[in-house]
Amino acid sequence: MILIKENRCDFCGTCVAVCPVDAIELREADISIIHETCIDCDICIWVCPIDVLSSDNKPEDKND
Amino acid sequence: MTDYDVIVVGGGPAGSMAAHAAASKGLKTIMLEKDRDIGYPVRCGEAVSDEGLRQFMEPRPEWIAATISKIRMRSPNNTEIDFRSPGSGYILHRRIFDYALANRASQAGVEIQTRAYVDGLIIEDDVVCGVHYQYMGEPRSLRAKLVIAADGVESRVGRMAGIRSAIKLRDIESGYQVTVGNIDIDQEMIDFYVGSNWAPGGYLWVFPKGDRMANIGLGVNGTLSKDYNSHDLIHNFLKEQYPQATVLTSVCGGVPIAQTLKRITGNGIMLTGDAARMVNPVSGGGIVSGMHAGKIAGEVSAEALAAGDVSIKGLEEYPKRWRKAGGKNHEALHRISETIYDISDEQLDRIALRLSKTKEQDRTLLKIFTTVAREKPRILLDVTRAFAGL
Ligand SMILES: Cc1cc2nc3c(=O)[nH]c(=O)nc-3n(C[C@H](O)[C@H](O)[C@H](O)COP(=O)(O)OP(=O)(O)OC[C@H]3O[C@@H](n4cnc5c(N)ncnc54)[C@H](O)[C@@H]3O)c2cc1C
Ligand code: SF4
Ligand code: SF4
Repeated sequence: MILIKENRCDFCGTCVAVCPVDAIELREADISIIHETCIDCDICIWVCPIDVLSSDNKPEDKND
Repeated sequence: MTDYDVIVVGGGPAGSMAAHAAASKGLKTIMLEKDRDIGYPVRCGEAVSDEGLRQFMEPRPEWIAATISKIRMRSPNNTEIDFRSPGSGYILHRRIFDYALANRASQAGVEIQTRAYVDGLIIEDDVVCGVHYQYMGEPRSLRAKLVIAADGVESRVGRMAGIRSAIKLRDIESGYQVTVGNIDIDQEMIDFYVGSNWAPGGYLWVFPKGDRMANIGLGVNGTLSKDYNSHDLIHNFLKEQYPQATVLTSVCGGVPIAQTLKRITGNGIMLTGDAARMVNPVSGGGIVSGMHAGKIAGEVSAEALAAGDVSIKGLEEYPKRWRKAGGKNHEALHRISETIYDISDEQLDRIALRLSKTKEQDRTLLKIFTTVAREKPRILLDVTRAFAGL
């Protein structure tokens, strides 16, 4: 499952743009993952410029 | 019954131009923007060429933070190459500029709602007939004869209409930018850094913002984003190059450097600007191309409504005119960008050294590309095509 550090998010939409199944909702200052749709491909985790997203399946790949 | 002729989703440059063009042709038009502010936050380096802007309007002094006449490129080993800019350019205050474009649209009769997040489309018999949206969290719906999706990099509205707009990793730059104060740079020069130490699979920019300020940002190509993050790269850069600079603003942002979508229309809907993937894949610039495409989309709405045909067929003038206006160069530029991002640091240094031995006045765009082509011959064909407009 994709986890969100919400206080950290800048609401820029980069993750939304790459999600292959449109599983990310982003309003003015509110982001959420539609877990039923998400296929855990993890690419949203990679493209986020500030490491807001992570997965609870695997340890975080990014070295901060 | 319809509430509007046209609903424009997104209040960026593409949306405002589309809405303005539609309303100017007498169409009842509303523009919905999810954020509370038009033009803010500014997820953009804010660079435009004078020539690009002037196609649509006379540049106004209050939009302009700095006027550019020089370009500097730095290779990985810090060889500096200076170019004279072929025409002048500007670093805008996009917050003011985007406001002005929306204001211009409103003066042509466009209604505007902010804090209006479109979260669904009304689709009947395979034709888009309106939108569902949340206004300050409260669900609402509006019907219209046509929807123009100018919803930027996210491009969810197109997906709601069944147009596949998700971007491949290699076609996005994961960006981060700071606006800094207390920096001493040439306020007439834009400065680029290339190479894997500064900007893996992209470039880093320093754009003057007037009054000892600058926009400093970079994009990391999606394929490298697992290993690099633009936030950390920018902060390393600041520490090494401009330790005295203070960060006034920081923003994230994705730059779609994909080819324009194969399909930019559906029955009752047109996609424009970043939502249709119209950013120049070499420069990452999308303000002017978005404005251009938005304007065409607005004009085509009026023609389609007059003819009473909003099907894909009835909207076919839109992709046709966009291709003619610049879309046709887009594919060649996309291939050039893939070649450029493939150049190694050693090759970049060799190219910079060769160029540094030429006279500054001889450093035309063509000269740069032919020098690049000595390292990457396959770029030549694409450059020729792009310049020939094929
Ligand atoms: C870091 C960075 C630097 C850049 N630097 C430059 C540069 O120097 N020069 C240049 O020319 N270009 C630059 N670009 C690209 C440029 O910013 C974009 O191409 C341009 O803003 C595209 O305009 P647009 O109107 O298509 O989209 P946007 O300006 O992104 O506008 C889209 C609007 O739609 C709204 N929206 C999205 N979804 C919804 C929804 N569901 N409901 C309602 N509203 C919605 C958004 O809030 C947004 O306001 C840069 C981009 C980035 C990220
Ligand atoms: S890419 Fe990161 S900062 Fe941007 S909206 Fe997604 S989670 Fe937030
Ligand atoms: S993990 Fe993949 S499918 Fe799930 S939200 Fe992220 S990008 Fe979308």
